[in-house]
Amino acid sequence: MMDHLTPILVGTLGAATPLVLAGLGELITERSGVMNLGVEGMMLIGAIAGFATAVGTDGSVILGLLGGVAAGVLAASAFAVLALSLAANQAACGLALTIFGVGLSAFIGQSYVSHSLAGLQPWAIPVLSDVPFVGPILFRQDPVVYLAFLLYVLVAWTLAHTKVGLLLRAVGESPEAAHAIGYPVLGIRWLATLTGGGFAGLAGAYLSIVYTPLWVQNMTAGRGWISVALVVFAAWKPTRLLLGACLFGGVTILQFHAQGLGLDVPVELLAALPYLATILVLVLISRDRNLLLLNLPASLSRPFLPGR
Amino acid sequence: MHLLEPRAEPSRTLQWAAPPLAILLMLLAGSVLFLLLGRDPLEAFRVFFIQPLESGYGWSELLLKAGPLILIAEGLAIGFRARIYNIGAEGQLIFGAVCAGGVAIYAQGHEGSWTLPLMVLAGGLGGMFWGAIPALLKTRFNAEETLTTLMLTYVANFLLSWLVHIPWRDPQGMNFPQSVMFSDAELFTPLFEGSRVNTSIFMAVVAVLVFWLLVKRSFLAFRLEVGGQAPTAARYAGFSAQATVWVSLCVSGLTAGLAGVGEVAGPIGQLNLNLSPGYGYAAIIVAYLGRLHPLGIVLSGLLMALLYLGGEAAQMSLQLPAAITGLFQGMLLFFLLGADAFIENRFRFLRRAA
Amino acid sequence: MTLASTPDARLQLIGITKRYHALVANDQISLTVAPGEIHAVLGENGAGKSTLMKIIYGAVRADAGQMLWNGRQVEVASPEAARRLGIGMVFQHFSLFETLSVVENIALALEGPFNLAALAERVRSVSTQYGLPLDPGRLVHSLSVGERQRVEIVRCLLQNPQLLILDEPTSVLTPQAVQKLFETLRQLAREGVSILYISHKLHEIQSLCDRATVIRSGRVTGHAIPSQETPASLARMMIGRELPHTEMAPFTGTPHTVLQVDALSAASPDPFGTALDAVSLQVQSGEILGIAGISGNGQNELMAALSGEAPVASAAVKLEGRAIGHLDAGARRDLGLGFVPEERLGRGAVPAMSLSRNALLTAHRQGMVNYGLVSYTRAAEFARQVIARFGVKCGGEQALARSLSGGNLQKFIVGREIAQNPRLLLVSQPTWGVDVGAAAQLRQTLVDLSRQGVAILVVSEELEELFEICDRIAVLAGGRLSPPQPRAACNAEAIGLLMAGPQAA
Repeated sequence: MMDHLTPILVGTLGAATPLVLAGLGELITERSGVMNLGVEGMMLIGAIAGFATAVGTDGSVILGLLGGVAAGVLAASAFAVLALSLAANQAACGLALTIFGVGLSAFIGQSYVSHSLAGLQPWAIPVLSDVPFVGPILFRQDPVVYLAFLLYVLVAWTLAHTKVGLLLRAVGESPEAAHAIGYPVLGIRWLATLTGGGFAGLAGAYLSIVYTPLWVQNMTAGRGWISVALVVFAAWKPTRLLLGACLFGGVTILQFHAQGLGLDVPVELLAALPYLATILVLVLISRDRNLLLLNLPASLSRPFLPGR
Repeated sequence: MHLLEPRAEPSRTLQWAAPPLAILLMLLAGSVLFLLLGRDPLEAFRVFFIQPLESGYGWSELLLKAGPLILIAEGLAIGFRARIYNIGAEGQLIFGAVCAGGVAIYAQGHEGSWTLPLMVLAGGLGGMFWGAIPALLKTRFNAEETLTTLMLTYVANFLLSWLVHIPWRDPQGMNFPQSVMFSDAELFTPLFEGSRVNTSIFMAVVAVLVFWLLVKRSFLAFRLEVGGQAPTAARYAGFSAQATVWVSLCVSGLTAGLAGVGEVAGPIGQLNLNLSPGYGYAAIIVAYLGRLHPLGIVLSGLLMALLYLGGEAAQMSLQLPAAITGLFQGMLLFFLLGADAFIENRFRFLRRAA
Repeated sequence: MTLASTPDARLQLIGITKRYHALVANDQISLTVAPGEIHAVLGENGAGKSTLMKIIYGAVRADAGQMLWNGRQVEVASPEAARRLGIGMVFQHFSLFETLSVVENIALALEGPFNLAALAERVRSVSTQYGLPLDPGRLVHSLSVGERQRVEIVRCLLQNPQLLILDEPTSVLTPQAVQKLFETLRQLAREGVSILYISHKLHEIQSLCDRATVIRSGRVTGHAIPSQETPASLARMMIGRELPHTEMAPFTGTPHTVLQVDALSAASPDPFGTALDAVSLQVQSGEILGIAGISGNGQNELMAALSGEAPVASAAVKLEGRAIGHLDAGARRDLGLGFVPEERLGRGAVPAMSLSRNALLTAHRQGMVNYGLVSYTRAAEFARQVIARFGVKCGGEQALARSLSGGNLQKFIVGREIAQNPRLLLVSQPTWGVDVGAAAQLRQTLVDLSRQGVAILVVSEELEELFEICDRIAVLAGGRLSPPQPRAACNAEAIGLLMAGPQAA
């Protein structure tokens, strides 16, 4: 059992990383009152753009990841034009972005199906990685995992302790009030949406360049949707999001270790577990109406048009 | 960044002009795409939109694909009018197909005239059941139906995958993940000799008529619409929000499940992993493009079917990936949402002129 | 009218004009405010006062006209620019964030370094200096409406304003709190701050303001020194005629109890709401019971519990002796209950639906639905009757609900409920945002209806309105209801004390 525990936990962090990244991005977006259901689409676009960039630059991981970020931002801007500037229905726009992203990535990806990349080697952090048990799990990961956790710290700190964070919450609660005291509500929502897109693009590029590292059609396999669900589960709090993502990372990785653990369960059932778990956590969190209502950005998915 | 301001009255013209406008914009964007890919746009559009309809067989294929799209979209439109966003029709289709397929597989050897009706019943109820789960989760636990319906789609896929890999795998199927082929008594009858379009299309026809009557005259549809547009007004009037959720999700689950039966007991003729080329998702676009109107959906369903055929033709004649269909679908929905914004609003800089 | 620039004026507006579609909200408005002056802008709902204030504050841009600030011409492009000039605004709605604390709310409106601890200190000192006690750490949703207003005022004061704009500041205050606010404003004026005071309440303007500019339908109809005018003369300037008042005949029938509420307690579905605490009351046929109090003290919860939007324990609510607490709104309507809610768009009517369909919303019981199928001709006929009988100004029964003015939509909703011959009518804020003429008509309609034997319960923030139309008045504060008293036995002072609730005593 112990033999398997370490690899499972090591894998958990890797599997959690795209969820942490995409989830943080969506958390920022939703905090500003914008519900972007296009995370899955943005991740896919980020994944193929990142992969194509990396292939085109002789396997440069950094350029690839940056390409993913840029593509995510671009994809999010399409959403923002519709859902923010044109005040269209946010749920429908997000869905459109996902449908578009699935189509676009499959279309471009056709010519990248046979390529593969080298991925990234783990960075062992000196001293810390030698601590028994904890060391290999936490401190022998690839650099993007560390980056994801740094971003978590940054986002959590910004939201809790800076005026930017306060403003984001304020706009998400009442765009009318923020507008009345003179803040550019739409500009702030645009920025939050683009940031969310960048995070989702990075998450997608991590999957295709580092985690797999291959391009496979629809490779995000619902991780974008799970990230959206995680934000609800997290009650829009970064730390809960991080924990939730790790939990899901663990559930995802389980299917690869089932045989080793002596679990005689069909692989399809294990593969379905993350999705069932998503439903379960949604039910658990949504039951507590007050917890949600107290933390929910009150203007979530309500378009804002400064009229009269 | 503020592009819009509200109109005094919504534009009635744009309400109907938005879909054609969106289609036009999609064609424009498509031309740019074809140019970028080094193809002659005119030739590409000929392959995409004309070539599939040059033969009688092509038209029959159009109906074959339009049938399930229209059927699902009619059901979804009822829910969308009530702002219940069932985006998991794909999963309900698969579960319906699995239920119908189960009946077909166990009936093999002693099938009769009862088999197909039973499959239809099982598939419809199965789809409805798969839609009822999110309804329960929403009414009982307040869980968002967007996410739960979608998650259940993945679950339905894995369920299907497990079934065709292990218990229902065709022993003579060379280990391919697929069930046995259904017998003739378990299939819909083709409408014409040599075509694949079959009697399952009548399910779509009936759905159009039923939903047309429902929308035009029923108090139920009025209540759903009030629930969607102004939930507080619905509560004020005493219309049950729970009933809205249940009706919306069960009805759309039912039609998706029936569409699933139409596929497995139609062109596919067995259970396998490629039951649906994304009909459940495409039907969302069909519903919106058809203005959530029962007759509008017929037109948009035919168009969407043509996009599928065009994608296949483009793959063969132009060596373009068939995924181009998905790309066009996404663009179409984008442009439609953009055009729709101008029904209630107009550009700010037009203010002085008005 | 031409105005030369007045060199010592703090603020001078010349020919301000603003159009929305066909509507001219402000037409050539000019006014002048001196340093240390309390200047009233008087006008009824919809006269264009709020638009004018938004123009001064930079939230809306004028189509034409000039603004002089301390003798210099300025363009105020945004609220931020207005704040830099020294203009502060206390809003009527929409400008505090419920989930943030007092000090966080204030920090968002201030420039400079972000230091909440230091700011909290300043908030404390300014709030004591001006008699506006505030705890900087409290979350806004836990504050009373009066306390929220203090937050807004303190927020302005921290920016050392030279001009303070207050938009209908007393509509949410008890009579006692109004007096306290006036003291603060007079103190500010003595220190040289100019104050623009927007209101439609004549007696307040008479007791507080040095000068007044009166606006009607977007135009200036007069300048006045309020202390030298009478309410009647101000009213003539404001609405072009005398203030109408309601005729109240005595009820001649035999009263019986229609609505009985016994020890009704209910939690609020809104986490920021107020729970109802053992509310008991009775409404007789032929009488109007008024419920006074400041919104947010359980009014929404009470109306939802009585209307059936939020069902409660069965026996807590009885309609003519029958326990109906468990029934939903539709089932209660079947038994003869009518309800006019405070939100007209989105609750009492569906904004994007025609009046004809909005008739169907609650009046479908009047034979409009058979075997699940709707007769839209009957619905249209019903809507036409309501429009004709209650003088609703609109483009016919196919007009969208949202295209009507507040007063006309309210007439339609009240008319729709009355035309169904209810035995009990619940009305929440009957004349909110309604012009004076329509308000008078609505009040008279309610009184006449009650005299035909209908039991009516009215919830209103406007004390004067309740005194005008009610037979008995009770006060809802903190979710508790005071025992109803006959109108003759009530006075504004006593009701004001009850409105403030036990904590203020």
